[in-house]
Amino acid sequence: MTQPNRLGIGGRIDRSRKFAFRFNGRLYEGHPGDTLASALLANGVDVVARSFKYARPRGICAAGAEEPNAIVEIGATEATRVPNVRATQQALYDGLVATSPNGWPSVDTDLMGAVGTLAGRFLPPGFYYKTLLSPTLWRRAEPALRRAAGLGRAPRERDPDLYDHMNRHCEVLVIGAGPAGLAAALSAGRSGARVIVADEQEEMGGSLLDARDMIDGRPALDWVTAVLAELSARDNVVLLPRTTANGLHDHGFVTLHERLTDHLGASAPLPDGRNAVRSRMHRVRARRVVLAAGTHERPLVYAGNDVPGNFVAGALSTYLRRYAVAPGRQLVLSTNNDHAYRAALDWADAGREVVAIVDARPAPDGDLVSEARARGLRIVAGSAVIEVRGGRRIRKALVAPIDPVAFRVGGPVETLACDTVASSGGYSPVVHLSAHTGVRPVWRDDLQGFVPGEVPGLLSAGGVRGRWTLAEAIADGLAVGCAAARETGFEGPPTAAPEVAPLREGAMLPLYQVPHVEPPMRAPKQFVDLQTDVTAAAIELATREGFESIEHVKRYTGMGFGTDQGKLGNLNGMAIAARCLGQPIARTGTTVFRPNYTPVTFGAIAGRHCGELFEPRRVTALHAWHVERGAVFEPVGQWLRPRHYPRPGEDMAAAVRRECLAVRTGVGILDASTLGKIDLQGRDAREFLNRIYTNAWSQLEVGRARYGLMCRDDGMVMDDGVTACLGEQHFHMTTTTGGAAAVLDWLEMWHQTEWPDLEVYFNSVTDHWAVLALNGPKSRELLAPLTDIDLADEAFGFMEWRTGKVAGVPARIFRISFTGERAYEINVQADCAMHVWQALFERGAQFGLTPYGTEAMHVLRAEKGFILVGQDTDGSVTPEDLGMQWCVGRRKPFSWVGRRGLARPELQRPDRKHLVGLKPRDPAVVLDEGAQIVLEPEIRIPMEMVGHVTSSYFSPTLGHGFALALVRGGRERLGETVYLPRADGRVDAAEIVRPVFYDPEGARQNAGPETKGRDGVLARRPAVESALAHRAGAGAARGPVGLRIEELPFAGQLVLRGRGEDPAFADAVEAALGLALPRTPLQFVGEGARGLSLQWVSPDEWLILVGRDEAEATEQRLRESLAGHFAVVNVSGGQTVLRLSGARARDVLMKSTPYDVDPRNFPVGKAVGTVFAKATVQLRRPSPECWELVVRRSFADYVLRWLLDAGEEYGVAFVSGRSLNEDSPSS
Amino acid sequence: MFQLYCPVCREARAEEEFRPKGEARIIRPPVPEAASDEEWADYLYFRTNPKGLHTEQWVHAAGCRKIFLVVRDTVSHEVAGSWALGEAPVVVEGAAEGDSR
Repeated sequence: MTQPNRLGIGGRIDRSRKFAFRFNGRLYEGHPGDTLASALLANGVDVVARSFKYARPRGICAAGAEEPNAIVEIGATEATRVPNVRATQQALYDGLVATSPNGWPSVDTDLMGAVGTLAGRFLPPGFYYKTLLSPTLWRRAEPALRRAAGLGRAPRERDPDLYDHMNRHCEVLVIGAGPAGLAAALSAGRSGARVIVADEQEEMGGSLLDARDMIDGRPALDWVTAVLAELSARDNVVLLPRTTANGLHDHGFVTLHERLTDHLGASAPLPDGRNAVRSRMHRVRARRVVLAAGTHERPLVYAGNDVPGNFVAGALSTYLRRYAVAPGRQLVLSTNNDHAYRAALDWADAGREVVAIVDARPAPDGDLVSEARARGLRIVAGSAVIEVRGGRRIRKALVAPIDPVAFRVGGPVETLACDTVASSGGYSPVVHLSAHTGVRPVWRDDLQGFVPGEVPGLLSAGGVRGRWTLAEAIADGLAVGCAAARETGFEGPPTAAPEVAPLREGAMLPLYQVPHVEPPMRAPKQFVDLQTDVTAAAIELATREGFESIEHVKRYTGMGFGTDQGKLGNLNGMAIAARCLGQPIARTGTTVFRPNYTPVTFGAIAGRHCGELFEPRRVTALHAWHVERGAVFEPVGQWLRPRHYPRPGEDMAAAVRRECLAVRTGVGILDASTLGKIDLQGRDAREFLNRIYTNAWSQLEVGRARYGLMCRDDGMVMDDGVTACLGEQHFHMTTTTGGAAAVLDWLEMWHQTEWPDLEVYFNSVTDHWAVLALNGPKSRELLAPLTDIDLADEAFGFMEWRTGKVAGVPARIFRISFTGERAYEINVQADCAMHVWQALFERGAQFGLTPYGTEAMHVLRAEKGFILVGQDTDGSVTPEDLGMQWCVGRRKPFSWVGRRGLARPELQRPDRKHLVGLKPRDPAVVLDEGAQIVLEPEIRIPMEMVGHVTSSYFSPTLGHGFALALVRGGRERLGETVYLPRADGRVDAAEIVRPVFYDPEGARQNAGPETKGRDGVLARRPAVESALAHRAGAGAARGPVGLRIEELPFAGQLVLRGRGEDPAFADAVEAALGLALPRTPLQFVGEGARGLSLQWVSPDEWLILVGRDEAEATEQRLRESLAGHFAVVNVSGGQTVLRLSGARARDVLMKSTPYDVDPRNFPVGKAVGTVFAKATVQLRRPSPECWELVVRRSFADYVLRWLLDAGEEYGVAFVSGRSLNEDSPSS
Repeated sequence: MFQLYCPVCREARAEEEFRPKGEARIIRPPVPEAASDEEWADYLYFRTNPKGLHTEQWVHAAGCRKIFLVVRDTVSHEVAGSWALGEAPVVVEGAAEGDSR
């Protein structure tokens, strides 16, 4: 293939190499350095798309982000397809495959084109709204319209590429690397401030890449090269080419989309077998943003301005000078300003014919005008191109004198034969980013354009604020870069401006829509927005139909709704609306621009937060066992819990039935580690419980536990759980699995904002304690020989707890039951849980010990009528509605949370919905959860619904289906029959019964044979397992290792609470630990030799790490030394430590946390609590070489998987946590 | 994406580290039983929802777990400052900036 439009010399392309590429199935050739657009033009491809509404042939008309026509889909395979790419921004690579999303069967012979031509007159704005008013019609028409209009479509296969996020912090972010942006980066960089420069193009330099100007007497590009060399040598400057600033958000937060491999191929390459990242979203927090985005040239609006061959003037210069492409032979330039003359001069330089320069101004006279005159180019003054004609390419241009004020043609029309028309109506500052936070741009009459409004932290430089000549832009950039740095406390040496030859430019003449001999409504189509096919006549019609606000005009016509957000056409549309409304443009105003500036692939937005890493999957210490046993898991909150353990050949119903019966007749075990657990310590802990729970806690003795119900202050149930009294001032609260974080938040909120005088500290111990719930009549028999706790009922009654050892491991056992059977909930430190669990199974074999999952748990608890908050309640249910008046302490002195709310008259009504049981008339029926309840079997619409089913199961024990339901006045309806219509028309009948189906007397909790406990059966010493023991062997790196991850398991970990401002407290801590208490925020101190460290977490909280097995002794020393209000909580089982080192450790941290990990902000000895991926961690810097993450045990697996994934491109090695199992006999 | 200054950790942090806790200084009637249904409903449900400066509570969930006050313009999202509980916000119109007090 030849490239008929390629010039023999010049340009920034590499003619020595050729790239083959395909466009709409046809093979072409281009060179490295080309964009897809420049290569298509070089090959003489005129038609690249069919228009959205009229299916008119369209060609490339611009050279950058503002291109409205050349929107293509890139990628050879379904999985690598990217829709919505502007050909002007896609670098050419060998083998590129691009297609036009629209045009059927092809852009060249488009059948819709004929329809568009014929029907064009009958498709006014609002046509579809008006015609397809009925939703049914619209639903039928939409798919056909979409296919015809060609909006592109999402890929149907999974994207094989990796996408990434990176958090960055800087003093100055410079957006745009043209003359002003580079100058700003230079002066800001010299101040020492951290500077990031982002530019969307393949190479930095902006307009200087095709400039005619000289800087310091040399070609402008030499200056660009020198500046870039200095910037890239500075370690305080980050240069990000191929990076689009897509959104400017609140408080200096900017999202940058960096395309790392889009210029190399359809999919990211695989260097060293490691997946490269295809594109990366930089989440930048900048103290100052310098917007140096320059301007977009506006085309003029004239008839036929969409025929291929129409260009904005500056784009011609770009194609000629940067890509060595002359996309035509004979040029007519239509302009209202001097600057556009460059296009004609460049055209003439390329040896092509300039037919005429048509200038709207009566007497143009700037330096560029003089140059054109001197070179003998024909200048037609006071005139404009009023129409061009042609089909798939321009054939001629009609030129006439115009009177822009009177808006009419003022003389005879001359026809000029040509194939290219360039137009320039002035320059629109690229204000988009400045408007993203809602600040309106400001109109400037002198510029005939909008400039950025006042945005906090944003400074504009260069063209975007009207500094349009090169000398002005550079000087402005230097000054603004300096000012931005200074505002953040960095002062650099003054930077002298380079010398730029001054250029005298004449004033522009405001001109947008060019008058035609016919009135606008009858003239051939004059396009305003090429992407959405909005014409000047459409805007005029909109204003005539009463749409006066520009936002309404936009919505009525569709102007600016395309993926280009009307970059090229919006201002023309506003000017036309203003003319039609007889008001200045300033009053018409502008529409709002929103992120993203250009379309962003979803992959980049999602980053690594997809697939297995979409959200944290919290797992218990027994997870590996569940997996091995083939458990089917279900997500509960962020936890992954076994739902049931099917045996071969079993379906869920069979497995659940077997598990239920095992618990009712023998013994079963549930991993209940996910229950929320909160440690409360302090003189007023008991009073706090009285205030936060509905029931009374004053009489609860040490050694006993009680069920509690928590309401919001409006009286509605929000959580429940059992709380045990560990000591007079020490309680252990449990919450629902899903409610744990919310309850801790709730306690803190009431304490901090309402009752700060109460002396109590709350700490989460959810991850520290694993909970192994033995349930069933044989549970005592199984457990007794494994523990030194006396299990006789007189010694250890129901709703009591005891401490002792189980399988040689210190344990707390709670005699509480969620199944109604005799039960022992064994709490052990999580890293010993697997050992105890296995010991229970070793002994349990003879009893048929059966692991059961959440589904059996639900059946068993529902048979007992035990509620599940969030399933049987929905935020509108009171304790009384649940029939739990027994749990409401009416006589407590303090007005506890919810009491006054419950006194509201609405909550006193007798016909509120009550929790009742439903027994289906057909015993085989299991009612649908959520089914509505009615009082009659004949279904009429409408009919009164009196409630709904909240829980429904088949009970293997009872042999029939049963349900819990909320029914209006239900407790007064016991024995009545109600009806439940199904979606398929059948109606179930059910009897209202009491909600307790099984053992209403509560005898079963003490059932089972008597035994006595004794210790010593155990043959092995307890084994402990670190949080990540099961990941041993993960992340074995090939090649160089940029990130080394090491688990430091089994550290003793204590949370210390107390009054940091009290010197006596600090002294007592120092006396106990031999290390001064850090009292400065974010400080941490350590003694490596002793494995001791002390970290400030808040003014009343510290994290203490000590050596293995030293937690208890340390806690004891602290308790002996401290007095007054304090708390010490052992969390050794609940957290693990990951040490990160290696040359790329900091990069991986930047991918993971929004916190600024630059050494300037994060010196050795600092520790912060922050967000890591979607988990929360303590991030510490113990030495210059490494970082520590203190991670909650249940999140450790997620955090490790995240690190392995994020570090893959740098090479990762993981040294696993160990599992310690000294297999020696014990006493 | 806001950036809020935590007056306890004494640093500006990303919004992801915080959770909003609604309008500040909602006063629970000191003797709830003495409050009329209207007063109680007002305490439970009614908020000022101003256009302009608004004093709100945020908790530094990923950091110190302390609740503090933020005065924020609900239109521009500009933050006039942060205060620990027990401190009285002093807002000087237009004198504030997001990353300082």
